[in-house]
Parts: sequence; structure tokens; C-alpha cells
Amino acid sequence: MELNEKIRKFIEANLVVFEDEAEFNDGDNIFEMGFVNSLFAMKLVNYIEQEIGVAVANDDLDIGNFSSVNRIVQYIENKK
Amino acid sequence: MSEKEKEIKCVVWDLDNTIWDGVLVEHDDVRLKPGVKEVIETLDARGILHSIASKNNYDDALAKLKEFGLDEYFLYPEINWNAKSAGLGNIKKNINIGMDAILFIDDQPFELDEVKSVHPEVTVIDAAGYLNLPAYPRCNPRFITDDSVKRRLMYQDDIKRNQEQGDFKGPEEEFLAGLDMRFIISMCREEDLKRAEELTVRTNQLNATGRTYDYDELNAFRLSAKHKLLVCELTDKYGSYGKIGLALIEITPEAWHLKLLLMSCRVMARGVGSVLLSYILQEAQKDGKKLLADFRHTGKNRQMFVTYKFSNFKEVSSDDNGNVLFENDFSMIQPFPHYIDIKLP
Repeated sequence: MELNEKIRKFIEANLVVFEDEAEFNDGDNIFEMGFVNSLFAMKLVNYIEQEIGVAVANDDLDIGNFSSVNRIVQYIENKK
Repeated sequence: MSEKEKEIKCVVWDLDNTIWDGVLVEHDDVRLKPGVKEVIETLDARGILHSIASKNNYDDALAKLKEFGLDEYFLYPEINWNAKSAGLGNIKKNINIGMDAILFIDDQPFELDEVKSVHPEVTVIDAAGYLNLPAYPRCNPRFITDDSVKRRLMYQDDIKRNQEQGDFKGPEEEFLAGLDMRFIISMCREEDLKRAEELTVRTNQLNATGRTYDYDELNAFRLSAKHKLLVCELTDKYGSYGKIGLALIEITPEAWHLKLLLMSCRVMARGVGSVLLSYILQEAQKDGKKLLADFRHTGKNRQMFVTYKFSNFKEVSSDDNGNVLFENDFSMIQPFPHYIDIKLP
């Protein structure tokens, strides 16, 4: 599965969205679309570290790196 | 800063020749060891949880415990034929506490060694010493609050909730909305202080600085005009989770300085961790002041670090001891989720 697909599926499965029928694109800002609580954030970081195998350094934990599918994929590709 | 006492949060019991005399698969007429029920009840009343790691047939063992009137005391019992170290691992995960807060009691040195070899931080003791448990200093929590007495019941409520959530087929938001959650933020009152102190000592993963405070220190902050001491409570249709969050803010002429922020891990799964932070951000912004926050890497609180970073806090400075000063520019305050009813002070 493409990295984009994987990340999007993960987010869809784990993010509680504000609008029930929200459609969401790879460029959409997830912090605006849904409630990014500490649980989701931790799950996302763990997913990237354990399933994708990329260590997330403390300095990288910038919202800018995680605010959309595209940005997350970009971050991962830069780290690989 | 005070050293956190490693209080025992959970005692994991073997069954055969530990809780009862005899081996259940061999003879059904096992006898409860004298005084063991009282030991379990005493520790339970102090807010210490119990679980089981036993090599036995699950249904038979549970039936026997029920016969003895003990089944209700044990959370997440691991009764199977796997290595007990695996059972301990599951219990630790399910209850969500540190391995170093678990005490394992078993009559077989082999089992004690096996568990210790995989989990060196677990405290292991021989079954012969069960009557000494109530007197063991680490089984004597510094304080017992209303919340600690009900701790097991709250965990059992959680198990019910998780089961319902597992059975629920619809979208998660609908499930969460159906819980009728209520998050109540209030100024800490005198009667909340004991629980507040307990929270600073017991909370590890969701504690921003790892600092503990005692009753008197917290009371001084409560009364101080230059500080705000907030507590939060969460309730849902099953009942109350108790007081599960604490925040200490120092108000200076230019800033609101968040000195302490902690949330009980038990509510982590409910996704309410950011609610308190959003509230504080909103209030600081309304007051026209900067928002600063202290953080210290403790080795256990990465989740809290992630929470701050994902709430748009940026590092202003840091030192070699893991201390960090954060600032938030209010450009991204997450709104409250619609499925929680939030009551503000």
C-alpha cells in the first residue's frame, strides 16, 4: 500500500472528526478537521515509529510536520 | 523536588498454594489460606488493585474464586497456560501502570524468577509472606482519598465501557456522544487537596514536570492571589471517574505560567487530555497575557510532551536537565469536542 494510503487510513480510523460526514483530502489540515487529542497524537507518533519504522525526534514534533496526510508523508520521506 | 515513592499500585497473585492451599486441577476442594481474604480486602480499601497470574483453567479458577467471594477483587486476571511474564505484561498494559508499581506473589521460585527475568522492575515475593503485605511500607499509600477507595470500581466501570465500545458498531463519535460525558473544570477547594496531592504523586505518564507537591504547598497555591489551581472531574453515564486532572498556573504581569499540568491516565482513552489545555489557552488569551508552560522530560511523560507540541506550544528555551520552557501564541486553539459537555468554573 502506498504511504499516502496507509497514513490516510490510519487517520480515518483514529481521528474523531468534527463533522460526521467530513470528506478529507490529503492536503486538509487535520487539526482543523478533527479533535487531535493527546491520545490520537501519541497513536500517530507510535504508528510512524513502529509500523513505518521512522524514529520521531522531539525536535520534529512540530505541528507543521503532522498537520495533513501530505505533510506526514513528506516528513517520513525526508527521514528515510 | 521530592523523590516519588514507588508505591505498589497492583498486587498480582498466583492461585495454587498462594491464595489457596492445593492445586485446583488436581483437587477441587482447595482451601483459602487463612487471613488471605482480609489481606485482599485491606489493600483494596487502600486503593491498591489486585490481579491474577495463574496457570490454571480459566473457568474453573474463576468459579472457585466466586465460591470464595473473591472474584470481584481481581482486575484483568491472567489465567492460562502461558508464561507468567506474559501475563504480567498484559496486566501492566491493561491497567496502564508502571511495572515498578506491581508486586507479584507466588509460591514457586521458578515463577518468581521467570517473571523477574523478563520484568526486572517487578517486585516479587514468596507466597509464604502474604500476611506481611498490609504492613509492607510500599503497600501503605501516603493518603487514602474517596477516589482511592473506589479505584477498583472505577476500573470495573472502565472495563464495562470498553466492552460496550468494542461491541458498538457505529462511528466512534456517536459512541462517545452516547456516553454523556461531562468534563468539569473548577477551582481547587480545600476538600480537593488530598486528591490533588495524590494525583501529583501517582501520575507519571501525563505529568508535565514530574514534580510532586504536598498538601500544604498545594493549599498555599490554592489561597494565593497570584495563582490558579484547577482540578477537573470527568463523569459519564456509568458514573464518575473522580478528580482526574490538575493544573497550576502562576499569574505574572505579562504571563500565565503553567507550572504543573497533569491528567490521570485512566481518562486518556476518553480523549479529554487537551480539553484542560484548550481552556487554559482561551483564558490566558482573554486576559491578554502570554502563555508560558514548564515541562521536564522524566522518561515517562513523552505523551505529555507530544500533547504540548501538538497543541502548538513552541520551545523558548531548554537546559541539559530535560527542562523546557514552552510558549503558545494562541494561533491554534483546538475547540472543545462536541461530544463532551464542558462545565467551566
